[in-house]
Amino acid sequence: MNFYGIKAIYLFEMARTWRTLMQSIASPVISTSLYFIVFGSAIGSHMAKIDGVSYGAFIVPGLIMLSLLTESISNASFGIYMPKFTGTIYEILSAPISAIETVIGYVGAAATKSVIIGTIILFTARLFVDFSIEHPVWMVAFLVLTSVTFSLFGFIIGVWADSFQKLQVIPLMIVTPLAFLGGSFYSINMLPPFWQKVALFNPVVYLVSGFRWSFYGVSDVDVGISLGMTMVFLLICLAAIWWIFRTGYKIKA
Amino acid sequence: MKPLDHTRMPRVSGAPDPVISVSGLSKTYASGFQALRNVDLEIRRGEIFALLGPNGAGKTTLISIICGIVNPSTGTVMADGHDIIRDYRPARTKIGLVPQELTTDAFESVWATVSFSRGLFGKPANPAYIEKILKDLSLWEKRNTKIMALSGGMKRRVMIAKALSHEPKILFLDEPTAGVDVELRRDMWNMVRGLRENGVTIILTTHYIEEAEEMADRIGVINKGEIVLVEDKDVLMRKLGKKQLTLHLQAPLAALPAALQSEYLQLSADGAELIYTFDAQSEETGIATLLRRLNEHGIDFKDLHTSESSLEDIFVSLVRGRP
Repeated sequence: MNFYGIKAIYLFEMARTWRTLMQSIASPVISTSLYFIVFGSAIGSHMAKIDGVSYGAFIVPGLIMLSLLTESISNASFGIYMPKFTGTIYEILSAPISAIETVIGYVGAAATKSVIIGTIILFTARLFVDFSIEHPVWMVAFLVLTSVTFSLFGFIIGVWADSFQKLQVIPLMIVTPLAFLGGSFYSINMLPPFWQKVALFNPVVYLVSGFRWSFYGVSDVDVGISLGMTMVFLLICLAAIWWIFRTGYKIKA
Repeated sequence: MKPLDHTRMPRVSGAPDPVISVSGLSKTYASGFQALRNVDLEIRRGEIFALLGPNGAGKTTLISIICGIVNPSTGTVMADGHDIIRDYRPARTKIGLVPQELTTDAFESVWATVSFSRGLFGKPANPAYIEKILKDLSLWEKRNTKIMALSGGMKRRVMIAKALSHEPKILFLDEPTAGVDVELRRDMWNMVRGLRENGVTIILTTHYIEEAEEMADRIGVINKGEIVLVEDKDVLMRKLGKKQLTLHLQAPLAALPAALQSEYLQLSADGAELIYTFDAQSEETGIATLLRRLNEHGIDFKDLHTSESSLEDIFVSLVRGRP
C-alpha cells in the first residue's frame, strides 16, 4: 500500500481547496444563506408545518444534501479532469500507485471538502432557524456516505469528460433537477399520487429522506430503504470505477 | 556503483545484467496505427542510451509503455528485474520520467510540486534531498514561486526535479533539450553525466544527433516502430564513420588514370576534385602513397581538406536506406 502516494494526492487536492477558499467554501455558504432568507424566513413564516416540523427547519437537511451533491460532484470531477486536461496525469500513471489508492486520494479529498461544507452550512442554518438533530450518529453517517458516493460519481464524470462543457453537463442537466425534485423543499407526500410514484425513481429522494429522518425522525420513505438505496448507488459507482481502471477507459491508450 | 566503461565491454547481444529488457513489444493504437513492431531492446545498467529516430518513429510510445502510461498490445518489459505490469510497484519506483511536453501544474509552488512527486512515488518526505535537487538544477531561488510564473526553461528544470524526486535508478528523458537554450542544454548534459557517475541509467530520446554524439554510450535507432540498430557509439562511429580527403585539382581531369583506379578514389563529376575515402583509425591510411602516386602521374592540386562523417550522416543513411 502506497500511503505516501495517497497522502500526496490527498494533500495536493486539499491544497487546491484552501487555495480557492472563496469559491470552494464561501460561495455554497452564501447561496445557502440566501435560500434560508428567502425560503426559510420570508416564505417559510407563512407556511404550515410539515410532519410537525416548521418549514424553515424542514428544508435544512434538503439544502445540506443539495450542496453535498453538487459540491462532491464538481470537486471530484474537476480534481481528476484537470490532470487529464493539462497532461500532468502522466505522473500519476507512471507512479507506483494502484487505482484504488489513486481513487482514495482524489475521492477522499473531495468528500472531505463536502463534509466540511455540509458542516459549515449546518452551522450557518442554525443562525437562521431553530432545529435539533435526533440521530446525530446517523446524521454524520448519511453526511459522509453521501459525500463519498457522489465524489465517486464526480470522479467518474471527470474521467468521462473530455471537455469543460461535458464536465458541466451532467451536474447541470441531471443532478440539479434531480436534487430540486428530490424533496429538498417539500415532502413528496405533498405531490399528487402519480408524481409520488415517479419521485421514487429519483435517487435523491432517498438521500434527502434519510438525512431528514436523522434530524427529525420523520421521513418520506423508510430509513432502511434510504440507506439501502444510497449503498446501491455507492456500489454502482465503485463498479464503474473498477471497470474504468481495468480497461484504462479514457485514461490510458 | 561505478559507471561502466562500455567501450571496453565485449559486444555480445544480451548484456550480463540489463537494467531494462524489452522483448517482443508491439503497440497498435485504437486508431489502428501501429507505433511499435516487435521491439527487442536491452539497456545496460549504468549507461547513457540514446534512442534516435525521426518524428513519429515510436520513441515516445516505447518510453510511455515502459513507464506505465500506455498499455502494450503484446510483449513484455522488465525493469530492474521486475515485470512492469505484473510487478509494477517495484518497477515504477526505480523509474523517473521527464516527458517531452511541458506538462506542469500551474498554481503550485516549485517546492510543493517536487515534494508531491516524491510522495506519489511512495517515498517519505526528505526536505534535505529536495533542497539538493533544487540547488543542483538552479531552482532553489524559485522554490516558492508558482510554476505558472516560470519561464519555459525553468519549467523544464522543474520537470527534471520532479522526475528525480524519488531517487530513481533509471531516468527517461524524452527529448530533453527540445526548445531549450544553450545554457540549459549544457547544464542538463552535465547533470546527466553526474547522474551516471552515481550509477543512474539514462535513456534519452532525441532527434538532435549532436546530443547523442556528445552524451551517449550506446545508440539505438528506431524508425517506423522498429529498432533498426543498436550499437556502441564509438563502434558505430568507427564502423560507419568514414573520413574523406578531398583534393582540389590544379587542372580538371577527364578521367582517372587506369593505374590509380580504386574503390577508394573517386573523381568528381566536373573532374575538378579527387575524393579519397579512408579509415582514419587504421595505422596505414594510404594518404602518403596516394600523394606520391599522384605526383608520379603529374596530377597537381591547389588545396585539400579532410572531412569526417557525423552521426547525422550515419543516421540519415540508415533511416533513408529503409523502405
